[in-house]
This record gives sequence, structure tokens and C-alpha cells, in this order.
Amino acid sequence: MRGVRRIYPFTRPPELDSDERTRVPVIIVGAGPIGLAMGLDLDLHGIPNIILDDDNKVSIGSRAICWAKRALEVADRLGCGERMRDKGVTWNIGKVFFGDGKEPVYGFNMLEEGDQQFPGFINLQQYYTEEYLIDAIDKRELTRIRWENEVTGVDQASDGVTVSVSTPEGEYQIDCDYLIAADGARSPLRKMLGYDFGGETFQDHFLIADIRMKAEFPAERWFWFDPPFNRGQSALLHKQPDDVWRLDFQLGWDIDREQELKPENVSRRIRAMLGEDLEFDFEWVSIYTFQCRRMDRFVHDRIIFAGDAAHLVSPFGARGANSGLQDVDNLGWKLALILKGKAPASLLESYNDERVTAARENILNSTRATDFITPKSDASRIFRDATLELASEHEFARRFVNSGRLSVATILVDSSLNTDDSDHFDSNLVPGSPATDAPVTVNGKESWFLKSVGNDFTGVYFAKEGANAPAGAGDLEQDDIPVKTLVISEMDVICDGLGNGLLFDHKSLLKQRLDGQPGTYYLFRPDQHVVARWRDFDLQAVRDAVARATMQTGWEQKGQQPHE
Amino acid sequence: MSKKLHSEPRIEDPDDFYASLIALHDGLSPEQSQRLNSKLILLMANQIGERAVLDEILDAVRIRTR
Repeated sequence: MRGVRRIYPFTRPPELDSDERTRVPVIIVGAGPIGLAMGLDLDLHGIPNIILDDDNKVSIGSRAICWAKRALEVADRLGCGERMRDKGVTWNIGKVFFGDGKEPVYGFNMLEEGDQQFPGFINLQQYYTEEYLIDAIDKRELTRIRWENEVTGVDQASDGVTVSVSTPEGEYQIDCDYLIAADGARSPLRKMLGYDFGGETFQDHFLIADIRMKAEFPAERWFWFDPPFNRGQSALLHKQPDDVWRLDFQLGWDIDREQELKPENVSRRIRAMLGEDLEFDFEWVSIYTFQCRRMDRFVHDRIIFAGDAAHLVSPFGARGANSGLQDVDNLGWKLALILKGKAPASLLESYNDERVTAARENILNSTRATDFITPKSDASRIFRDATLELASEHEFARRFVNSGRLSVATILVDSSLNTDDSDHFDSNLVPGSPATDAPVTVNGKESWFLKSVGNDFTGVYFAKEGANAPAGAGDLEQDDIPVKTLVISEMDVICDGLGNGLLFDHKSLLKQRLDGQPGTYYLFRPDQHVVARWRDFDLQAVRDAVARATMQTGWEQKGQQPHE
Repeated sequence: MSKKLHSEPRIEDPDDFYASLIALHDGLSPEQSQRLNSKLILLMANQIGERAVLDEILDAVRIRTR
């Protein structure tokens, strides 16, 4: 195997040489993409945190490869999005083939709208994503990663959590206000605490091979049902950086695992698929079964679950790591407000509600795709084949073809944090939607709308004339939970005092996508989701919406001890 | 209760249509017949299009087990 990754050395924790117990606001368990992104997000919000991981290296082998637009936008807020895109293989097109047919029966384009900073998808090996997040953390002050620190026990009290840790040089205990479990699909913490993980395992095996080869296939997702090289089963071909290709062969339920994993047998499959003369090296080979599961609740008082530890899907649809990064996006600002004493601990309930809803949606999509790919009955298989036969000729049937409904951002339309529309909008950016991107000019330089939105509550005001902020916007910036203001101008003007808060909508796409008639005001959460929108700016309405989005009602900040 | 589902006769010359339907399956194996029926259902479902009608039809043929 090539592509040797860095080793991250163990350093002796100070707790081993001290009788004083360390207390840190947040401990994160697991230095995978979700745990690392979580640390970085909390750091940006000013919350010190420690990431504990039982290993000393990034993940190797066939893990997440497809990063969706929303995940890249989250990563960009954390400072890693562009690096991921630049290294990754950009793709927007997926094609589905059936039987001996050389032409696809169905194709789709993930990025319908264009003019956004990030494409529908990139492919990038998970170890690159992890390395970029680690590099970003190295430049920060408030996040520390402790490699080879294995959690062996957790004790939750009303005012915090005590974590027992085992290291190569001894054991120690450490306290935190909140513990985030991002320790993956097999989550040792979830098992240690005895929490449920209900769902189903699919009765099928898939052989995943990442190979290095020089090949001229396009950067598209190709999926085969019942191809000549894997009769009665499915297969997938997908390009990754460094001339690595992801191959995925459905094997069926009754297989001889050992036999299938023999290099000569894997090679035979690969040559049947891609050509007898093919030259390639293995980067990784393994056999998987797929599961769809989730915890009933992701929040257990001061212990919070995120990513695969909380919810698990089959890979068809790329809804694993992509939804995990949306967990991070959702949790970071809420936990930061709670820890700063600016919001009640019950704000975490909205993380639970919003992300359980998202997990349900992802599991539903993933289960349906897996049922189409792996029919559970003869009738189901016959309908599947009938659908595929109809698909090349009848457009309607293509909509039934399901080789994975690829990850798109969850719209939190039922969230209690939203303030419902009272005005009419010709834009589908309803409260609960993540912001849509558009090109803008800031200080004479071309940039992207999303680069200016988020981390704090953000008010986006479409200027009436010239480029003036609405009266009262300055007061919002001084509030306990501040709201920064962006003024969107249709003209390329300069306005003193606005600086980077003035966005020139040089293609008028922001106006179009947000239905931004003059006077329109959108309020975004720190995770770039729409909270509320109005046709006119009203200071009190904005403050009420911020209060609702941070669950201020019935909670007196002064009467409660913040957990600092 | 049915609201949209037609139970009254609507097809002209029903005997002739019925014969055509059966003739489609002449010489087919059970598996081939089932695949043909599946295509027929999908095409007809799309022709009907209206979800409320489709749901009524699904309900009308569902076999209830106790």
C-alpha cells in the first residue's frame, strides 16, 4: 500500500504529573472528520476544547470520499473548504447503466444552479480531509488534540462530566462541562453508556477496492445495475485524487469472504470491469455490510453524540460524513452560547430535534436506495428491473431509479427556532434553509456571499437606495447576542463605515435567489441557516427572532449560573 | 371510503380489452409475465399521476392479514 500518512506523536499529558484536576469546557472523543471539525468550530466560537483519540494517525483505507456542497461550505467556514476543493476531484454528473447497455439509462447533474463557490460534490480521501482539519487546528489556540488517549470511563454529574483516560504512560481523569462523542459507527462511548442504536443491517455484501491506475474515465459517478462483469449485482466507479479510483462491487449475501478477498479474485473482477490489460495497484480492499441505525436521542444531558456515533447510513447517497459535518455546524454555536451563559442549556434540545429530523431523512433516503439496489423480494427485484428497462425510453421511470439520493443539506423547516414568514417571498429560502451562495464583490474584490455569512447571527439587508444600513443595525451589533449586518447593493459604491459589510451583488444573483427586493432583510443563524425574513427592517422583530432562535423566552440569564 | 376511484365500467368493449391483456402474456414464463405486469403498472400509474387516486388503488388491492 502506498500513500503513507503522518504519525501524530503521543505527548505526555500534564495531568499525569499533577494532583490538580483539569477542567475544560468541552472534551471531544474521536479525531475523525466530525470530532476535528467540532473542535475547530468551538475554537472559532472562543470555546477551549480537547480532542481525545485512541490512535496516532488519520484514517486509512476506504472511508468517506464524497463531500457535498453543504459540507464544503461548512468546511469553508472552518477554513478548510478551498483546500479540500483544490485537492479534490470535482464532479456534478452521475450516470446509471443497466445490463449490457453502453448508454446510461439515466443521468443527473448535482449542481443545477451554478455560480456558487463550491460544486455539487468533490471526491477526496477522508485522510486528506482529516489532515487539513488537523493543520487548521494546529494554527489555533483553543483546541488541543491528544493522540493515543483512550477513554476508558465516563461519569456524568449534574454539573459536568468526568472522563477517565488511558495513555501509554499512565491513566488520568479530566473534567469538562460537556462531552461530545464523535467516536464513530462503533462508538465505544455509546456502548459504555449503554445507549440504544436501533435500525437494520442489510443482508448483502459489498467489496470495496480503492485502486491506483491511469485511466481516461471522466470525473463522474458511474453506477451499474446488472452489468455483464457483475451479473445480477451492482457496481460503482468513482474517481479520487492521485489517480485513485473507488470501485464497489455488490457480492450478495451468501459469499465466502476469505475467497472473495484474495488478491487474484479481486483482480479478476477489476479486469472484467475495466479491461484485461489494466495495470493497477491496490490502495485498499475490504468487504462491508451496510446498516441504517440511529440513537433515539443525540443529547443525554451533558453528553452529546454527533456523526456516525449518533446515526449510521449506507454509503449510497454519501450521507454519512456529510450529515456529520452538518451536526457540527448545528451544535457549535449553540454550545458556545450556552457555555458563555447567553442561552439556556435547553437550546441543546434544538440540536437534538433538528439533527434527529435530519438523520431520519437521511436514513429514509439511504434505506430506499439500498432497497432498490438490494431488492428484498422477487417482486421488488422484478419491479426494479422493469423500472430500469422503462427508464431509457420513458422519462418518468428515471425518477424511480435509485442508486443513491445524493446528500443535500437538510432544510430545518419544522424547527422551533424559526420565525415563520409573515410576508410573501418568491424564493424557496424559507426559514430553516441553509443560505444559498452567490458571487459578490467585497471591497473591490470578487468573493462569495457565504464567506460573509455566519459564525455570528447575520442580518442581510437589501439596500433601498445607495448603500445604507437600516437605522438600528448598529444597535444590534452591540446586543448581548450580536447581529452583524451585511448590506447588499446593486451598485458598485463605497460607503464609509460598512467596510467588509458592504456586498456588491454584481451579477444580481443574490437579489434573484433571495427575492431581495429593496428593503428586504434576512436573518441568518451562526450556521448560515435562515431564521426569519421580512420585507422591511424592524429592530424589535429582529431582536424577537434572535431571542426565539436562542430560546431566551422564559429564561432569565441573570438568574442562572452559566457553566463557565 | 373511495372518493376518486372509478368502480363503474369505463372501458369500451371490455371483452376485447381483456383478451388483449391476456394475449400479452402468451408464451411468457411466470418471471417474464411478472416483469411485463410491473412495466404495465408503472406506465399506468404514471398515466394516472394523481397520488390520491394511486393511494386508493393501492388500498383497494392490499391484502390484509390478521
